[in-house]
Parts: sequence; C-alpha cells; structure tokens
Amino acid sequence: MTGTDQLDVRNLSASRGGRPVFRDLSFSLASGGALRLAGRNGGGKTTLLRIVAGLGRADTGEVLWNGEPVTDDREAHAGRVGWLGHADALKTALTARENVEAALRVAGRPTDRLGDALDALALTRLAELPAGWLSSGQRRRTALARVLASGASLWLLDEPTVGLDAASVAALERAIAAHRAEGGMVIAATHTALDLGDDAVDLDPAAHADAGRLPEAVA
Amino acid sequence: MSGFLALIGRDLRLARRQGADVAMTLAFFVVVVALFPLGLGPTPALLARIAPGVLWVTALLAAMLSFDRLFQQDADDGGLDLLALSGLPLAVVALAKAVAHWLTTGLPTVLLAPLLAVTLDLPAAAYPALMAGLLLGTPTVSLLGTVGAALVVGARRAGVLVALIVLPLTIPVLIFGVAAVEAGSAGLETRPHLLLLAALLAGAVPLAPLAAGAALRQAVE
Repeated sequence: MTGTDQLDVRNLSASRGGRPVFRDLSFSLASGGALRLAGRNGGGKTTLLRIVAGLGRADTGEVLWNGEPVTDDREAHAGRVGWLGHADALKTALTARENVEAALRVAGRPTDRLGDALDALALTRLAELPAGWLSSGQRRRTALARVLASGASLWLLDEPTVGLDAASVAALERAIAAHRAEGGMVIAATHTALDLGDDAVDLDPAAHADAGRLPEAVA
Repeated sequence: MSGFLALIGRDLRLARRQGADVAMTLAFFVVVVALFPLGLGPTPALLARIAPGVLWVTALLAAMLSFDRLFQQDADDGGLDLLALSGLPLAVVALAKAVAHWLTTGLPTVLLAPLLAVTLDLPAAAYPALMAGLLLGTPTVSLLGTVGAALVVGARRAGVLVALIVLPLTIPVLIFGVAAVEAGSAGLETRPHLLLLAALLAGAVPLAPLAAGAALRQAVE
C-alpha cells in the first residue's frame, strides 16, 4: 500500500428494477479514510458498494481510482478490492483455512497474511473444521479473514457485523484501525455501532434519492 | 495462470469432497446404457448396430445432469462475486470451470464407455474410434455446457433449461462421434470424423469461454 491513493465517486446515479435508488452521489476517500454507509433498508447501500467494487453498473457517473475510471481496467481494480458481500461465499465442504487460502490463490494474492488474519479473528482453533460445521458468526469471521488476508487496499464490507459477538466486533474494529493506519481505505455498510475509527464519514445513499428531481414549480 | 490453476484445483477438491455429485452422473450413464439390452432383448446384431448412438446420446444426457450446478452454487453462496473480483477475466473463470468439469465428469465417462460397450456387443475394431471420439468430443460438450450454465444462472428449473440450450448445440459432436464409431465397426477410415471432432474442439476452446464469460458478467451485474 503506497499511502497516497485516492478514490473519487462522481455524480453516481443508480437504479434497481427501473426505480432510481440514488442520484448525483459524490464522495472522495483518501488513503487511511473510512466511510460508513448508513440508512434504511433498500436505501442503496449494497448497490453503491457493488458499483464501487466494479460488480454493479451505474446509470450515470463514474468511480475513479487516482483519477482513472475503474471500469477501464476491471482486473487491476479487482486487485485493490477486499470484498465482503452479504453472503459469506464459503464452500461448506472446504475447511475455513482452505476457503480463505483458495480465494487468495485464485485471486493470485500472496498467502503470507493468512495466519495473522485467522489469528486476529480468533479462528486459529476452528481453521481445520469444514465451513459447513461452523456457526453463522464463525462463518462471517472466516469471510472477514479473507478480506484481512487479501492485502487489498480498499475494503468494501456489506454488513460485516451480522452474527458477530461483541469480542469479534472489537477484533474487527482493531483490524480496521490497523488497516487504516497502513494507509488502507474502508467503506462499510452497517446498521450497528461499528466504530470505524476517527474521522470516519457517514453517508446515507437514500438521502440522495431525490437530488436530481426538478422543483415542483418547474415540473 | 496461477489463479486459473488454483480455481481448477479448488473445484477438483470440492468434487472429491462432494463425491456424490460426480458419482450420480456416472451412475446415470451406467444405468441408462444397461437398460437398452434389457429393453431390446439380447439380439447381438441389433445391440451392436445401436451401440454407438446409445453410448454417445447417454454420455450427452449424463453430462447435462451436472451443468445446472456449475455456476449456480457459486451464484447462491456469493462466490460468483468473489470470482468476478479475483482479477481473472470471467472468460478464464469459465474455461477453468470447463476444465474441472471435464476432469470430473467427461474423463470418467470416457473411461467407463468401453466397459459399457461390451454389454452392447460393440465390435472390437470400433473401440479405438469410440475412445478417441469421446476424448475429443466430451471436452467440447463441457465447454458448451459452461455457456448454457452461465446463461441460466438464477433461472428456475435451470437443469431442464440448460439441457434445452446445450443439447441442440452438441448435435455436430454427436453426428461425428457416432460416425467415427460406425466407421470403426465397418473397418473404414475413422480419421476424417475424428479430425472434425478435433476441429469442433479447437473452435469451442476460444469461443465458448468468451460467451460464458459475457453471460457471467450479466449474471453478476
């Protein structure tokens, strides 16, 4: 991580099923920055995360990494993204360690952070069990370990605390703080009191839902 | 390249741990072929006449059983998003899936076919053509199957739908595969048929993953 990266989201508009979710949404995030996406269900938090990751398509607007649109080079952008979707993406027949390791290898990432990541989330004792035997909170931690081990600079976390106990939330907060101290960025969509650290910015995509609507007198 | 091999390795390991999926496909192949001598009666001449078609059609149907799960499992558990963010182009992901599918379903089919051919009294001279034809034809079927499987991600009754999409595309493979075996039985030259099967494979290797990759991109977005 270089520590001088910049993520810019400019005038993003997105719709789902033909209904606009948000319009003209803009924000910037520099190295070490954190952004919390809050707001009601269906407010566009996941939609925004997917667009920033390069998984979703925006109607208008663009996502820039150091000034370059991320859609110009999807593979390079994917290398920067540590993704935690609302689903855990674990194979129940593989052990927790194999799950994380396979994901790292398929993405061509080094596996040297794997041990530390499992340690940080107190998974070392569970690592050799099939993921199918783990509880939902333990699975969530395994999916989080995949993000921690990825070495990616931009963490995109969709409801990371679902199913986590207090100790695990604290471990996640420590990991996020360490990641930011290294110059990494975090965008997390969460309803719970997850502390992203100092100067974390709050954003509610739903608040931008009507930004583009014409004043009624004109309409 | 390392990511490509790692994905094949992961899918092979999954197939080994969830052995029932592969076993069911192969058991279907064996059981259906074994029904023909029972249904048609023990007339060696008749069985030998229909053996090439029975073996090929049954191999195709058995392959269809396994396609609906090819990407659906990854789509259901969120793994498809992860694959889309792996830095591998989705066409390469599709190619890796096709390779893993062939190794776990196509290759065992090729190895089982001569044993089943015995029950159908296939002439000895036809075995080389049967094996060579299946070796060249089943990879094409796996590649076409990834296209179908990528198109039906998220669809209801995906298993039937994928068969309806893929089976018509496999007709050329079936025609030349059966023709090679029949030529072998009759003592004729099998090379032209096998070369045509090789040509179909050479076309499918670059084209099918591109189509499957585009379909997967649609599924992700």
